Amino acid sequence: MEYKISNRLKIGAIVLIVLGLLGISYGFIDASSVTEDNITEFLANEDHHGDAYASDSHNSDALHVEDHHGGDAHGASHAEQDHGMSHEEHVLHQIHNRPYSALYIAAFFFFMISLGVLAFYAVQYAAQAGWSPVLFRVMEGITSYVLPGGLIVLAIAFAADSHLFVWLTDGITDVDSDKYDTLVAGKSGWLNKTGFFIRGIIFVAGWSLYRHFSRKFSVAQDNADDNRYFKKNFRIAAAFLVFFIYTESMMSWDWIMSVDPHWFSTLFGWYLLAGMLVCGVTVIAMIAIYLKSKGLLEHVNDSHIHDLAKFMFGFSVFWTYLWFSQFMLIWYSDIPEEVTYFVTRIEDYKLPFFGMIGMNFIFPLLLLMNSDFKRVNWFVIMAGVVILCGHYLDIFNMIMPATVGDRWFIGIPEIGAILFFAGIFLYVVFTALGKYPLLAKRSPFIEESKHFHY
Amino acid sequence: MEASKVIHAIYTDDDILMSAVKKVKAERFHIEEIYTPFPVHGLDKAMGLAPTRLAITAFIYGCIGITVATVMMNFIMIKDWPQDIGGKPSFSYLENLPSFVPIMFELTVFFAAHLMVITFYMRSRMWPFKKAENPDPRTTDDHFLMEIAVHNNEESLTNLLKETGAVEINIVDNNEDAH
Repeated sequence: MEYKISNRLKIGAIVLIVLGLLGISYGFIDASSVTEDNITEFLANEDHHGDAYASDSHNSDALHVEDHHGGDAHGASHAEQDHGMSHEEHVLHQIHNRPYSALYIAAFFFFMISLGVLAFYAVQYAAQAGWSPVLFRVMEGITSYVLPGGLIVLAIAFAADSHLFVWLTDGITDVDSDKYDTLVAGKSGWLNKTGFFIRGIIFVAGWSLYRHFSRKFSVAQDNADDNRYFKKNFRIAAAFLVFFIYTESMMSWDWIMSVDPHWFSTLFGWYLLAGMLVCGVTVIAMIAIYLKSKGLLEHVNDSHIHDLAKFMFGFSVFWTYLWFSQFMLIWYSDIPEEVTYFVTRIEDYKLPFFGMIGMNFIFPLLLLMNSDFKRVNWFVIMAGVVILCGHYLDIFNMIMPATVGDRWFIGIPEIGAILFFAGIFLYVVFTALGKYPLLAKRSPFIEESKHFHY
Repeated sequence: MEASKVIHAIYTDDDILMSAVKKVKAERFHIEEIYTPFPVHGLDKAMGLAPTRLAITAFIYGCIGITVATVMMNFIMIKDWPQDIGGKPSFSYLENLPSFVPIMFELTVFFAAHLMVITFYMRSRMWPFKKAENPDPRTTDDHFLMEIAVHNNEESLTNLLKETGAVEINIVDNNEDAH
């Protein structure tokens, strides 16, 4: 079945991009309106807004002091550096970091969807799944965002520099500088600008190469007279999965965990992977339902949607398992250098931090447990919307506390960035979907997949 | 009223059994029971059996399990003797919640699994020393048996079953194997 991106969708995507750009520019202009000259005035005005807020900010000041004492335990010079920074300077940094963080979170979120789909797609080949070949072209469409999305994330990281990654601050590894940080200096063998971008380019190149060849072989298989291309795809999928699990893990340290360079967690890569997979499967289900509602995926039936919904359910629970394992181990042992990560989140991000558990776990758990509900399209879409919003919050909770601290809000810069990348994502994905027929017609499992019934 | 006689039609292939079931259902005869050596996919649908509600009971048992765990630990750890054990905050259940979650999870699974299995045994009347209800021992090996009650229609029923490919048709007095 041929598909062409409709004009309405194209215009919709462009409108999203334009609106998003406006929001992003507003965010940058708004942030740059506060400078060293007027920061004192700005803070004074803010305190006059209301007593409730004023007392709030006093609380968080107290918290900051506590945090820094936590830092004392492992880096005396680091604590000195923080004490050296005035409150005004600290707030100014947070205000200036916000538009960069908003942009980075949204860019990473949409990139992560397509990377999750790529991993899921490779698993379908490596496992020789019999149910999913009718969805291969949908998955290939979504993975077309891996290359542009990955490059955008790297570009934002490059532009944001020390606004996102403190370890890129000038002089932080220089013993003579007043910004010197022993811990960061000790990690500079891994956390340095050259290494970060070389690794980033290797990751994105490796993923995109697999994506390129897999798509090529998948299309070639349509007109082949044997299963040569399928076998090739099987082999590269297996190799890619090995490459992926290493690079995904390193990517999570580089791109996400390094915003908090004093903190580390061993299961962080898995945790990010689980979120990635659940978002990926959700978007596969949503786009499949959309295309089916247009009558373009005649062989996709309720059972395929049911399977995808089961994966959404299962990966949601898996994500929760990893989230909880990470949280509980750190909470339980309460080691100061690790626990500050969650202290800042619970103190300053109570609603997004715990709201995310409701959205990513309790809601899908109760909604998608019933096997009849998993076959009802609007149920799957509804659960999918909540899951996607929940995982946006998940990334938000990973980045924002490290860059803007308690000065977070989901306002124009954040929503603008979401709209902007949603527009690019839709445009890229639906253009790619229109390039080849939506049925991978000579896949060896296609007959089984067409008659898949659960 | 219970029919005094039943007819046993024996098949040797599950595909033939399936088509026989469809035919018998189409002729509006009531199938009392079917004995098979292994699960035949789609047989319950063809017979028109109601879907099982075992999963719903499991969900309820799981809810009971998580309640038991919560009430138990809230009483022991928070209400009855709130000691300071290694600095854990036992002021309220919520504050110490993460350390209770593993037990809450395990008890939920434990209750859901075990009570559901016991429900299954009770609903399907299975227990040790229970007298087996096999009308024909071959049905545990390689034969399929369909049991239909006879209401003065022996001949038409026999003919119908013969047409469906039954390899053997027996008319059995119900009182013989009262179960």
